[in-house]
Amino acid sequence: MTLSIVSGETLAQRLQDAVPNSVVGWDDAAVWVEPSSLGSVASVLHDDAEIDFKYLNSVSAIDFVEHFELVYHLTSIAKRQTGVVRSRVYGREEPTAASVVGVWKGADFQEREIWDLMGVRFTGHPNMKRIMLWEGFEGHPLRKDFL
Amino acid sequence: MAEPTNFTLPSSGGPLHSRTWDIDRSEGQLVNELIAASQTPIEVPAIEVPDDLQRNLMVTSVDALVNWSRKSALWPVSFGLACCAFEMMATAMGRFDISRFGMEVFRASPRQADLMIVAGTVTWKMAPPIQRIYEQMAEPRWVIAMGVCATSGGPYFGSYSVVPGVDHIIPVDVYVPGCPPRPDALLYGIMELHEKIKKYRNLGNGSFKP
Repeated sequence: MTLSIVSGETLAQRLQDAVPNSVVGWDDAAVWVEPSSLGSVASVLHDDAEIDFKYLNSVSAIDFVEHFELVYHLTSIAKRQTGVVRSRVYGREEPTAASVVGVWKGADFQEREIWDLMGVRFTGHPNMKRIMLWEGFEGHPLRKDFL
Repeated sequence: MAEPTNFTLPSSGGPLHSRTWDIDRSEGQLVNELIAASQTPIEVPAIEVPDDLQRNLMVTSVDALVNWSRKSALWPVSFGLACCAFEMMATAMGRFDISRFGMEVFRASPRQADLMIVAGTVTWKMAPPIQRIYEQMAEPRWVIAMGVCATSGGPYFGSYSVVPGVDHIIPVDVYVPGCPPRPDALLYGIMELHEKIKKYRNLGNGSFKP
């Protein structure tokens, strides 16, 4: 089974109508959105009949030092298509993004892992605490400045 | 080791993480206290022989009998933490056949076991359970650190989450290097432990030195 790729442009057009001021930019592969609007972006992409992203493959985070980037790989099993949503989160103290657990339950542990190892907080997450390290551990080990 | 206090989980009021906060804090505090208390390795348990018993023929005979029976049926508690556990399982299977030593009875309960084979990477979060299981084992008890991770941290030495050798939290009798050690190496380690057990003195002052 091959998956066709939904371009960032298509996603951006859909999102610009549905969630105003959420899209930051796009290219062939991905659309960049505001971290605070991730929750509503998620529900639009999940419910839209054409895009139909019912399945969240993975949530990951990258430390670019000047910002963190969250990457969401999404798939529609019925439509056999896949797409990527990315989001830049600025700030080193307590960078914050909106949670998508309300839309995809599978994001629960992955968002907790990102908080644990990268230190990006997700608002609206029902159980936002460390998942692998213990409470009282100082710092977030996967950050570039962690020693 | 500090025991965690008993908490009850409120069934309502706020999101889940705020209700489990006390439990998580005490769990984390346990780990941090253990790190602070485990900065140096525990020395290899010494075998002390009272001077007046050194050449006592009768005592030596009892030792020989007791030690022979102890070494001939070491029951291991199954404690596989990482990939070393597969080599430990292979050791238990027919080809290498750990039952030649009367050791095929891998126990699920520490209370029925004499030997803990720590097979794999020990993380600080796993350290309190390991310590507790070791303390639950009845004496006499022995520990084999299997693989470089359990011996010294191995490839994870200096990592933020890995114990630099399980001898930081429990005393270890035999170290088996390798990544992972082949079943042959584990069997050799077990035979070395047998040799060690044979040298124990069990009488005198009514005390058993672990």
